[in-house]
Amino acid sequence: MSRALALALRTLGREWRSGELGVLMLALTIAVAALTGVGFLVGRIGAAVDLQAAEVLAADIRLGSPQPIDDAYFEEAARRGIRSARTTNLLSVVFNGEESQLTNLRAVGEGYPLRGDVMIADEPFVPGRVAGGIPGRGEVWPDSKLLVSINAQVGSEISIGAATFRVTRVLISRPDQGGSFAELAPSLIMNREDVPATELIQPGSRVSHAALFAGDREKIDEFKAWLQENKKRGERILDIAQASPQIKNAVDRAGRFLSLASLVSVLLCSIAVAMSARRYVHRHLDSVALMKTLGATRSFTLGVSVLQLLLIAVIAAIIGSVIGYLAQEWLLRAIRSLLLRELPPADLRPLAVGFITSVALLAGFALPPLIQLSRVPTIRVLRRDIGPPPPFVMLAFGPAVLAVVFLVYWVVRDVYLFVVFTAGLAIFLALLAGAGALLVSVAGRLRGSVGVAWRYGVANLSRRRSESLVQIVAFGAGIMVLLLLGLVRNDLERDWRISLPDNLPNYFFINIPANERDTFMSELASRGAQPSRVLPMIRGRLVEINGARSDRLRFRTQDGEEFAGREQNLTWAAELGPDNRVVSGKWWTAEDAGKPLISVATEYQESMGLKLGDTLTFDIAGETITATIASFRKVKWDSFQPNFFIVFAPGVIDNTTGTYMTSVHFPGGEARSLATLARRFPSVSIFDIEDLLDRVRSVFDKAVLAVQSVFFFTLFAGLTVMMAAVQASRDERRYESAMLRTLGASRTTVLQGVLAEFVTLGTLSGVLAAMGASIGGYFIATRVLEMKYSFDPLVWIVGAGGGALLVAFSGWLATRSVINYPPVATLRAGS
Amino acid sequence: MSHQQTASAQAAPENLEVVLKVENLTKQVNSPEGLLTIVRDVSFEIAAGEPVAIVGASGAGKSTLLALLAGLDTPTSGKVWLAGTDLTSLDEDGRARLRAARVGFVFQAFHLVPALTALENVMLPLELAGRPDARRAARDALTRVGLRDRTGHYPRQLSGGEQQRVALARAFVTQPAVLFADEPTGNLDTVTGARIGELLFELNSTSRTTLVLVTHDNALAARCGRVLRMEAGGLVTGGLVR
Repeated sequence: MSRALALALRTLGREWRSGELGVLMLALTIAVAALTGVGFLVGRIGAAVDLQAAEVLAADIRLGSPQPIDDAYFEEAARRGIRSARTTNLLSVVFNGEESQLTNLRAVGEGYPLRGDVMIADEPFVPGRVAGGIPGRGEVWPDSKLLVSINAQVGSEISIGAATFRVTRVLISRPDQGGSFAELAPSLIMNREDVPATELIQPGSRVSHAALFAGDREKIDEFKAWLQENKKRGERILDIAQASPQIKNAVDRAGRFLSLASLVSVLLCSIAVAMSARRYVHRHLDSVALMKTLGATRSFTLGVSVLQLLLIAVIAAIIGSVIGYLAQEWLLRAIRSLLLRELPPADLRPLAVGFITSVALLAGFALPPLIQLSRVPTIRVLRRDIGPPPPFVMLAFGPAVLAVVFLVYWVVRDVYLFVVFTAGLAIFLALLAGAGALLVSVAGRLRGSVGVAWRYGVANLSRRRSESLVQIVAFGAGIMVLLLLGLVRNDLERDWRISLPDNLPNYFFINIPANERDTFMSELASRGAQPSRVLPMIRGRLVEINGARSDRLRFRTQDGEEFAGREQNLTWAAELGPDNRVVSGKWWTAEDAGKPLISVATEYQESMGLKLGDTLTFDIAGETITATIASFRKVKWDSFQPNFFIVFAPGVIDNTTGTYMTSVHFPGGEARSLATLARRFPSVSIFDIEDLLDRVRSVFDKAVLAVQSVFFFTLFAGLTVMMAAVQASRDERRYESAMLRTLGASRTTVLQGVLAEFVTLGTLSGVLAAMGASIGGYFIATRVLEMKYSFDPLVWIVGAGGGALLVAFSGWLATRSVINYPPVATLRAGS
Repeated sequence: MSHQQTASAQAAPENLEVVLKVENLTKQVNSPEGLLTIVRDVSFEIAAGEPVAIVGASGAGKSTLLALLAGLDTPTSGKVWLAGTDLTSLDEDGRARLRAARVGFVFQAFHLVPALTALENVMLPLELAGRPDARRAARDALTRVGLRDRTGHYPRQLSGGEQQRVALARAFVTQPAVLFADEPTGNLDTVTGARIGELLFELNSTSRTTLVLVTHDNALAARCGRVLRMEAGGLVTGGLVR
């Protein structure tokens, strides 16, 4: 073994010097660089997007409870190196002299917020600056609406419960003000240490406590699992999924896209390695036969080859990882200003991915032919036509398939995506091979009818039958995954753009009294706001489901329990909103007016386990109303329009006393008019979601940026890898080119022939790839990313044209040197 | 020619150690036209240090016979003893080990490893045999064939004659008991071929190696002590030429 190692090392060094290892090493290095580079990008941008998303919670995880939260959680968090902070929420009336306002008091502890920033200012309704801390003892930061409604300003003394506080700042926004209307009252931030002095916490008072936690992703995941196990009854874990479904959705899709990009690099990697391993093995047939003639045993030659490959894999992994790291670092530096913040440092997982990929692919693709190689009969030294015995099919393809499947799963870690992708890819490869075989035989027949260059090129396709097949499959698969990635990227971006138009409502007005509705709406219109629909809002409590008391029923989910227990906002409407879609049952017609029918949102349906025809009984202002579920609706919550879980048919609850709500888009710089509006309609709650929108937009922007940069990085890596793959066919061409030129062909003729061959190959691969990408894109869009797929005919043009151009260009690059090589040198060196 | 004559002509000179012994060697292969006999019932002996040429028309079975003698291929029937060992009793690895210890090769197509320099090509068999002084021995061997200044050249940078001289150096560097040469001048022009032939015999005489030479080149064959002539797979004469 040591002798084999010594020889392996020596010959490897020699082959490196002679340039023999170049192509394999280049392909593998580029592949590893692409994979690790994409891996680092995905990891870092993904972490940045997560961080941004976490701001909505002001933490990574939030544990809420009606009881004070046990110190044990904070101790456990500290032990795990996780930061924490406490908050206490209570509803109380704030007084400024005679003026008073029911206020949501948020008493925060040191460290708050763990994610995002509290924005403050010195006067209401103006852009804020970062607070960089919490209010000191005896200080409070009321929000603009509160300040206006109690007629206070910075410097005022206000009283809360038994204590008096000085207003030192105006709260403009806090990261966790949330996207729900649970907290309709104006809010105020104070120091948690001051809560006892207010004497507001008494038995029966509406207090809620929260623990905030933030830390490294891995630690947080582990801690979250620990919390799930150890939390007490009544304690509720909130993460980004519950806090902001819009952001969660964007983050998930971006994450899936990035996984897809990693997958694409794995596949490109496989193609390059497969192609160059073939070449490597082919070039070593003679050497191995010779070594055996000179007395090397089979196990010795195999040992030498395996050791050499292992060394190549390790070296390529090291160089590739370094290049991958530098490339993503460079890219991130270039787009740093767009990301607006420092990215978290890269974790080292991509290095392991790169290393394992390098070894696994080389083992999968090169080991079987190497084992084959060690079986080369020694008589090959006398009779060159004799190659190794035919391989067992399982041995030839088994390890390669296993290696790719293993890597795909390792990168994706998502069973559904994995199954869809591998099954799709397998079908596509089979299709490619079939179509390739057809083309090769057609090319064989066509060659009589075209010019000499084309005849030579096209003849090559059918003459090198198996080689052509391999190339069609390789190019087709490569172009397909790149096209697919491009398609999915377009769909994703379009979907995000559509879901966040510039004129999205940024203010909600709630509790508009029925008698002030028209005046209020015309006030809004006169201020240039664009109101969306106005819906009645009626408070009601669910009391029975199908005649059974709802407080005695058990529900599948925590949400179900809460829906059953709390007061609900109900509405009625004749028309279905454009952001609502009936998924089962029927929306009512004009004849249904007055019938006790309701339409229920799917979220409500799922958490309560409801079906069509079920009856729900509500207590609305002391009166019970029973209604039958006529339809279920899918609501697009990120439309930022007024929407309700439960909608009644018209003519059922129309006469019940209620208020109205609407959402409007206010152009920027309308702070003053909002302040006057607040004064004129004191009972109307203004809910500013501009900040939330900004946050969602920012997450989307980052996700788009991530998707774009990863896409272009992968595209570039893909092109480089394909070129490396084309290099693999250089040897065979050198001898032919020399022969043709010796026979009198001009360099141009030879080059035209080569181009003809590659253009044909590229066009066919491109067309097949476009087909694969269209079908694959449909599946990924609808099944994986859950969005609408729009067919893009451009993919066919890009596929066929780009394929022809790309393959021809790489072919030309790879063959150029071959053609320029003096024929006599080639012929003298032997074939 | 009587059987007696043939037998005596194909035997090794008396009083010399037999280094290669062949008995009723036959090689058949399956071809599209049915079973094809490439080597037919061949028997002879070669003594240590004796140069023997195998001649015959193209397709007479010379190269196949050489492959069988060197253990590169296995016979359908019959036996080959190389340096006292029955080749047919060994497996592929056993034959490889025997070649490493006792056999050298020179081929028509030179068969130098393109990725290795001239020096490295010569070192290869020594390294395979685990010889510690491979570099020095290889340098000496290249000096003997007149290529001291070209040790760092790759095969593609050498002329055909130079490549074959590297191959000769590689063949003799292990001081093999038997050297098999398959048309060593077949790819060279007359002048270069003559020089290579000269060198081959010179090295052979100084290293006292047994030379088994397959050739079309009558001049080269004439320099051998004995010529085995093949026709249609069979040995038709092994008479002394001298």
